[in-house]
Amino acid sequence: MAIEKLETYQDERLPLVITKQESRLYMSFIYVAFIALLIGGLMGLLQVLVRSGHFTLPAGIDYYQVLTVHGVILALVLTTFFIIGFQFALMGKTVGISDRQRRLGWLSFWTMTIGTAITATTILLGKASVLYTFYAPLQAHPAFYIGLTLVIVGSWIAAFVNFHQLAVWKKKHPGEKSPLLAFMVCINMAMWLICSIGVAVSVLFHIIPWSLGWIPSINVLLSRTLFWYFGHPLVYFWLLPAYMAWYAIIPKIIGGKIFSDALARLSFVLFLFFSIPVGLHHQLTEPGLDSTWKFIQVVLTLMVVIPSLMTAFSMFATFEITGRKKGYGGLFGWLKHLPWKDVRFVAPFVGMLAFIPGGAGGIINASHQMNSLVHNTIWVTGHFHLTVATTVVLTFFGVAYWLIPHLTGRTLTKSINNLGLVQTYLWAIGMTIMSAAMHIQGLLGGPRRSNFSDYGGTEQAAEWGWYQLAQAIGGSILFIAIILMVYIVAKLAFFAPKGEEEFPIAEEEENAEPTPMWLENWKLWIAITIALILFAYTVPIMDVIQNAPPGSPPFDWPIGNS
Amino acid sequence: MHIHKFEKYWLIAGIGGLIVFLVILGFGAFYLGTHPQSHGIVIDPENIEANEAFKKENLGLHEIGDGKYVLNVVASAFNYDLGVDEDGKPVKHIQIPKDSKVLIQATTPDVIHGFNIAGTNANMMVEPGYISSMEVTFKKPGEYTLVCNEYCGTGHHLMYATVEVVE
Amino acid sequence: MSAKEKKVHHDKEPDLRGTLASVSLVGLFIVITWVGAFTLFLSRGF
Ligand code: HEM
Ligand SMILES: [Cu+2]
Ligand SMILES: [Cu+2]
Repeated sequence: MAIEKLETYQDERLPLVITKQESRLYMSFIYVAFIALLIGGLMGLLQVLVRSGHFTLPAGIDYYQVLTVHGVILALVLTTFFIIGFQFALMGKTVGISDRQRRLGWLSFWTMTIGTAITATTILLGKASVLYTFYAPLQAHPAFYIGLTLVIVGSWIAAFVNFHQLAVWKKKHPGEKSPLLAFMVCINMAMWLICSIGVAVSVLFHIIPWSLGWIPSINVLLSRTLFWYFGHPLVYFWLLPAYMAWYAIIPKIIGGKIFSDALARLSFVLFLFFSIPVGLHHQLTEPGLDSTWKFIQVVLTLMVVIPSLMTAFSMFATFEITGRKKGYGGLFGWLKHLPWKDVRFVAPFVGMLAFIPGGAGGIINASHQMNSLVHNTIWVTGHFHLTVATTVVLTFFGVAYWLIPHLTGRTLTKSINNLGLVQTYLWAIGMTIMSAAMHIQGLLGGPRRSNFSDYGGTEQAAEWGWYQLAQAIGGSILFIAIILMVYIVAKLAFFAPKGEEEFPIAEEEENAEPTPMWLENWKLWIAITIALILFAYTVPIMDVIQNAPPGSPPFDWPIGNS
Repeated sequence: MHIHKFEKYWLIAGIGGLIVFLVILGFGAFYLGTHPQSHGIVIDPENIEANEAFKKENLGLHEIGDGKYVLNVVASAFNYDLGVDEDGKPVKHIQIPKDSKVLIQATTPDVIHGFNIAGTNANMMVEPGYISSMEVTFKKPGEYTLVCNEYCGTGHHLMYATVEVVE
Repeated sequence: MSAKEKKVHHDKEPDLRGTLASVSLVGLFIVITWVGAFTLFLSRGF
C-alpha cells in the first residue's frame, strides 16, 4: 500500500523503488509516445518524398492531411506523452506516489489518450487538415478541437498530481530542500499550466463555439495571440525535461556529480519567468500588433537565452570535473573519459551538440526585424528539427534506453546498446543533411508547409528543388533510424533479458555548498511569472480587442472540410 | 550561492553579447525605422473594396511619380490578385525598375496568407481584417518568386506570382 | 554561511579552463552565425 510504502521509505535517502503497478502507468505513456513516433515518422517520410517531386501520394491523400498528422502526432502527442510518463517516473522515484495519486495518473492517461483518438479520427477523415497550429479562420471539425482540449485537460490532471506528490513529500520532510528532479518537474508543470490556460480559453470560449456555429465570427488576431502565448512556452515544456536529464541524470551516467544543485534550480526558475511573456516573437511580421511591444517581447526572449547559457556551462563543467578527477588533464583531455560507447550518454550528447546550431538559429529567428529573413521559410522547419526533433528527441531516446528496462524489469544489453549507438549516428547524419538543406533553402526564400510546386517554373523554385531532394535523402535516413528506434523500444519492453536496470540519479558533491532555501519560494516565483506576463501582454491584448476589425466567419472549404 | 569565476566571465560575456545584439536591432528598428511591418490598419474582410487601394481597378503595380510605386495585392485562397492586363487577363508577372521605392499593400477577404518575395526582406503575414504594408527598394535585378508562405489550404503551394526587377 | 566556510570552498574552486574554452567556442559560433544572418539581412536592403 502506498501510504505504508511512503512510511517505509520515510527515513531512507533517495531514491525510492518503483512498484509494478506504478511502472504500468509510466510505461503506458511511453508506449503511446513511441507509437506516435512510428506514425509521425512515416508521415515525415511521405512529406520529404512528395517534396522531392518524384512521388505522389496514393488514393487521393492530401499532402496537408499528412502534414497535420505529422505535426500533431509528433509535436503534441509524442512530446506530451513521453514527458508526462517520464516526469511521473521521476516523481515516483524521488518523492513517491500514493495509490490515489496513481489512480489520478490513470485518469490523466485516459483523458489524453481518448482526446488523441478523437483528434486523430477527425484528421484521418480529412475534416481537420488545419496543421497542428489550427489557425483560425480555417475551420476544422469541432471534434478536432475537443480532442486537443482533452489532451490538455489530461495533462493538467498530471500537473496537479505532480504538485500534490511534492507537497506530500514536503510535509513529511519539513525544512528539507525538495529533491532536485521533483523541483524541476514541478517548475515545468507550473509553466505548462500557466501557459496552456491561454490556448484553453481560446479554444473553449472562442474556437469551439465558433466552429459549432454558435458564434458567427472570430477575432483572428486574438486567437493567434493566445495561441502563441501558449506556443512558445510549449517549446520549453519540451526542452526542460531534456534539461532535467542533462543536469541530474547524465552526471551519474558518466560517473560524476551534479555540478551545482543551486544553479540548476536557478536556471529552471529563470525558464519559468521568461518562457511565457515572449510569444509575440512568433508574430513579428503580423500587421495588427504594435512594434514597440514586439520589441519588448524580443528583449524578454533574449533573456531566456541566459539560463541556456548557464546550462551549457554546467554541462561542460560536469564533463571536465569528472574527467579531471579520473586523471585526464590538459585543456580538452577530459573529453576522452566520456563514455563514448554508452548510448545512455551518447544519444543525449548528440542532442546537446544539436542545440548549439539550434540555439544560435533561435536567436536569429527572434531578432525582431531580422525575422523577415526567415519567417515562415523552411529555415524554421530546419531549426525546430534540430531543437525539438534532435536535442529533445535524442535526449528522450537516451532516457528510454534505461527507463524502459528499469520499468519492465529487463536490462539494456550490450547488443541493444550498440544498436542504439547506430540509431544515434543515423539520426545525426540524417538530420544534419535534412536540417542543413532546410536552413539553406529557407535563406533562399523557400516556404515552409508547402507541397511540391514549381511555382510557375521560376529559377528560384528550380534551385529549391535541389535542396528538397537533399531533404528527401536526409529524411529517408531519419526514417530508417525511427524504425530502428521502435525496434529497440519493443525489444527493451518485451524481449530483453530479465534483470535490473539502474535508474541513474546523480548526487551532489560530498562537500557541496548547501542550496539556499530561497530557491524554494514557490509563491514568489509564481507571482513574478504572472507579473511578467501581465506586463508583457496586457497592453497588446487590450489593443487587439479594442482596435479589432470585424470578425471572421469560419472557412471550411480551403482545407477540403465542406 | 557560489558561482565559479569562469561561469561569471561566461555569463557577463553572454549577457553583454545579447545586449549588443539588442542595441543593434533597437537602433535599426527605432532610429532607422526598420521595424517588421505593423501598422494596425484595419479593414472589413467582407468588404475590402470599401478601401480605395483594394478596388479592382487599383490592384497591381502603379507608378505614383519619380521612381515611386504602389503595389496593391489581394491574397485569397489560392491566388494573388494583381489586377488585369490590357486583354483583361489576370496579371501574374510584374516588372519593377531597379532601385525604385515600392509601397506594398496587401489584404485578404478570407483566411490567413503569407506574402514573401522570396530572397528579399519583403516578408509579411496577411490576415483578415488588417492591411499589411511595407516599403521596399529592390536593388538587385532578377526574377523573384512571390510565394504564399503561410498555410491557407489545400492549394497553398499553388499561390504564387513573379516579380521581375529590371535595369 | 560563515566567512570561513566560504573561504574553504573558494580554495577548492575546480579547474575549469576547458569549460571556459568550450563555452567560448559556443559563444563565438553564436556571434558568427548572428552576424552572418544580419549581414545577409542588410544586403537584402530595405
Ligand atoms: C523521419 C523523420 C522526420 C522527417 C523526415 C520529417 C520531415 C519533415 C518535413 C519535410 C517537414 C516540413 C513539411 C513542410 O513544411 O511542408 C516537417 C515538419 C514538421 N516536423 Fe518533421 N520530420 C521528421 C521527424 C520529426 C520529429 C521527430 C518531430 C518532432 C518531435 C517533427 C516535428 C515536426 C513539426 C512540428 C513540423 C511542422 C509541421 C507544420 O509546419 O505544421 N518531425 N517534418
Ligand atoms: Cu518561440
Ligand atoms: Cu498559402
